[in-house]
Amino acid sequence: MLNQTPIWKYILVLLVVGASALYALPNIYGEDHAIQISAGRNAQVTQAMVPEIETILKASDVTTKRIDFTDGKILVRVNSSDSQLVAREVLEAQLGDDYYVAMNLAPDTPQWLAALGGSPMKLGLDLRGGVHFLMEVDMNSAISKATEDMVGDFRTALREEKIRYRTVKQVGDAVTIQFRDQETLDKARFFLRNRNPDLDFNERDGLIIRATFSENRLVQIRDYAVKQNITIIRNRVNQLGVAEPLVQKQGAERIVVQLPGIQDTAKAKEILNATATLEFRMVDQDNDVRDAVNGRIPPSSILVNDRSGRPQLLNKRVMLTGNHIIDANSGVDEYGIPQVNISLDSKGGTKMSQGTKDNIGNPMATVFIEYKATGERDSNDKLIFEKKEEVISIATIQARLGSNFRITGLDSPKEARDLALLLRAGALIAPITIVEERTVGPSLGAENIELGMKAIQGGLLLVLFFMLVYYKAFGIVANIALVANLVMIVGVMSMIPGATLTLPGMAGIVLTVGMAVDANVLIFERIREELREGRSPQQAIHHGYDSAFSTILDANITTFIAGLILFAVGTGPIKGFSITLMIGIATSMFTAIVLTRVIVNLIWGGRRLESLSI
Amino acid sequence: MRLLKINDTVNFMRLRIPALVFSTVLILASIGSLAVNQLNWGLDFTGGTLIEVGYPDKANLDEIRAELDAATFGDAVVQNFGSSHDVLIRLAPRDGVKSAEVGDQVMLALRATGKEVDMRRIEFVGPNVGEELTEQGGLAMLTALICILIYVAMRFEWRFALGSVSALAHDVIITLGLFSFLHLEFDLTILAAVLAVIGYSLNDTIVVSDRIRENFRKIRKAEPEEIINISLTQTLNRTIITSVTTVLVLLALFFVGGALIHGFSTALLFGVVIGTYSSIYISSSVALLLGISKEDLIPEEIEKEGEDLEPMP
Repeated sequence: MLNQTPIWKYILVLLVVGASALYALPNIYGEDHAIQISAGRNAQVTQAMVPEIETILKASDVTTKRIDFTDGKILVRVNSSDSQLVAREVLEAQLGDDYYVAMNLAPDTPQWLAALGGSPMKLGLDLRGGVHFLMEVDMNSAISKATEDMVGDFRTALREEKIRYRTVKQVGDAVTIQFRDQETLDKARFFLRNRNPDLDFNERDGLIIRATFSENRLVQIRDYAVKQNITIIRNRVNQLGVAEPLVQKQGAERIVVQLPGIQDTAKAKEILNATATLEFRMVDQDNDVRDAVNGRIPPSSILVNDRSGRPQLLNKRVMLTGNHIIDANSGVDEYGIPQVNISLDSKGGTKMSQGTKDNIGNPMATVFIEYKATGERDSNDKLIFEKKEEVISIATIQARLGSNFRITGLDSPKEARDLALLLRAGALIAPITIVEERTVGPSLGAENIELGMKAIQGGLLLVLFFMLVYYKAFGIVANIALVANLVMIVGVMSMIPGATLTLPGMAGIVLTVGMAVDANVLIFERIREELREGRSPQQAIHHGYDSAFSTILDANITTFIAGLILFAVGTGPIKGFSITLMIGIATSMFTAIVLTRVIVNLIWGGRRLESLSI
Repeated sequence: MRLLKINDTVNFMRLRIPALVFSTVLILASIGSLAVNQLNWGLDFTGGTLIEVGYPDKANLDEIRAELDAATFGDAVVQNFGSSHDVLIRLAPRDGVKSAEVGDQVMLALRATGKEVDMRRIEFVGPNVGEELTEQGGLAMLTALICILIYVAMRFEWRFALGSVSALAHDVIITLGLFSFLHLEFDLTILAAVLAVIGYSLNDTIVVSDRIRENFRKIRKAEPEEIINISLTQTLNRTIITSVTTVLVLLALFFVGGALIHGFSTALLFGVVIGTYSSIYISSSVALLLGISKEDLIPEEIEKEGEDLEPMP
């Protein structure tokens, strides 16, 4: 018998459509106004804080919908944007600087759906409002700084090795060393080459050795400059209190920062560009901390709190500033005890060596200085920054230190990691500039969603009507497929974690609606043709589907290729468009060929038919 | 219901020479317009700053210009966008170091008089980024055309491949020509639209080519020209209906989609019309010009898919 569907195919279709519908479901629930609380550097958010927050909010008459603790964050859902504002103010005041309190819109997905992994589509910045920055790391200055360090390094190394040289100087991105005679030059070249395997050495006329970075080393320098900037930006973005920030490397030397929901871009930019520095000071052991706390601070000392809030008395004289730090990594020593390895540039190494030679056995403090926005503005409308100092470690000097040393005595590998991160944050080796900015205000975002939805609805209705009039009963089948196709696009978009819906993406969906019926038009026109040629209705259906199949496949594959290239080459809006286009092509193939066939077989298959309503 | 009740084969190819002349004229005119007027490159490609602001009442453009002039932004282009309440301000890239702050400064200048101004969007694109995007866009277009050429050549025959790619190039050039002729802004979303036009036109072309191939095999005694006419007639209904549904949704997008995707829907609307025309006249005419014949398609019969397979359940 023609046009019968095996049971497994019914089950497959039901499963696919059902699963898509299930994962598309979270999109119809709205969003809750919410407050997200995450921990700052010195604190931790725990389940135990939930009752505390509840009490704080109850005291200021904010009724909460739900308070959840997940992934080290607390999410407080409230009923309106007014109570959201109140809740944020109260919580910010009560919890203090150690916690970041951010306003957020949390999807109101029912818990059973969330448990299945269901979540609504992510909306692009053009739909929800927010800021997108593209920042470029100034690689020239990173390489220039590294070259500068090379000069100092060569001088010290040659001097220590007692190799006499005439000059060492920086020429562009290379360093040239001039010698008095060939013998010393050969000796120096042999020595330097062994010592610096990641540099290239060439001999030039006039007893000169020219040293340049090897390609590997250059890649390393660039990579490090980008990574360091990302670390610093992540730290600062946390201060902004943005709920779902994105800080990501793009290409070789760029960083994308996306801050959804941020309105005050000027503030965001100022905070991102704020500086943090480090200072090394000796601990003042001659005077008593308790006297200082009581107000008698010696003139040569300063009082700085450590991370647990205990005051420490330090020398006013700064031994070394953080801009000499080239690198800091956490690791473990031979006994498995956590440590942080620090590399200084040559100037820093000399200073460190002089500063520590008379202080062996004495404690040295590392002070982290950060400028935090207070949220107030001065008369020029510039943000006022508050200087915050904090002792992040105190370590005893074991020996005279040079440009490479380590800090031990840390409690845990986590502490070592944090310290290394902070040390790195102290000095930017390469400045960043904003090369692209896209800010969308909340009103425009909301409007874009509304217009996009209207266009989708309008386009869908027009096509549904047209198909119904033109193909009658078969038109209804095509319409079911079209609606199922939309549901599947939404479901798949919600399932794929990286897919975001943008305005061009919505345009892509509209376009898919128009083009998705094409497969059905092809099939139905074929069926009509077969009928006209005098085949029986069952034969016509069978042949119609069969002969249209390879055409549909070819047509869709070629369009898919276009989408794939758009995705690979494009950025931002083009990517958003291509994602929905590709998903739309894949789902429309399924709904237009498989789903409609199942329905057609169910209605018309296996019966004696005189005519078809097509 | 049937859109067109055609029982006889329409002699499309009779008009093939006039159509080729028509297309050549259009292409030359487009290239001419592109050379003279050039494309009105949008912010994405030129770099610079764009600020869209909303006023509670009708915006007074002259007043805004004066305010900007006072704040040393005299070179700003100020125009309405979408409605009389919304204003678009464009600034060319400037040589200052802090070009990223221009947007904020403009907002300050507009708010200086104490008026209520709603910041709707700020876009800043550095000049280098703009250059890169132009490069990437051109590259995307070329890669797409080449990949499609290869796929169609593999699936069909090189004459068809050249035919469909010339149809695509035809559509792209004429769409770009229209944009340059009407001075419409060409930004990233338009680029996406042009690539979507490629996808759409291709879809159409493949359907027609597929039918031509099928008919070459089925109808043993006929001239290539006749076979092409038969195939075009058979697919005409489908071609028109798909164009109609696509145009319907694009009209919805054009009228309710808002000012931001106006350009996008314009490009697609025009592209769909031109794409439909080119799939009928350009791709098959070119294949015919290149001398497509039955012999070219016969060896493929052995490996033709779909025909001899079990019927789809």
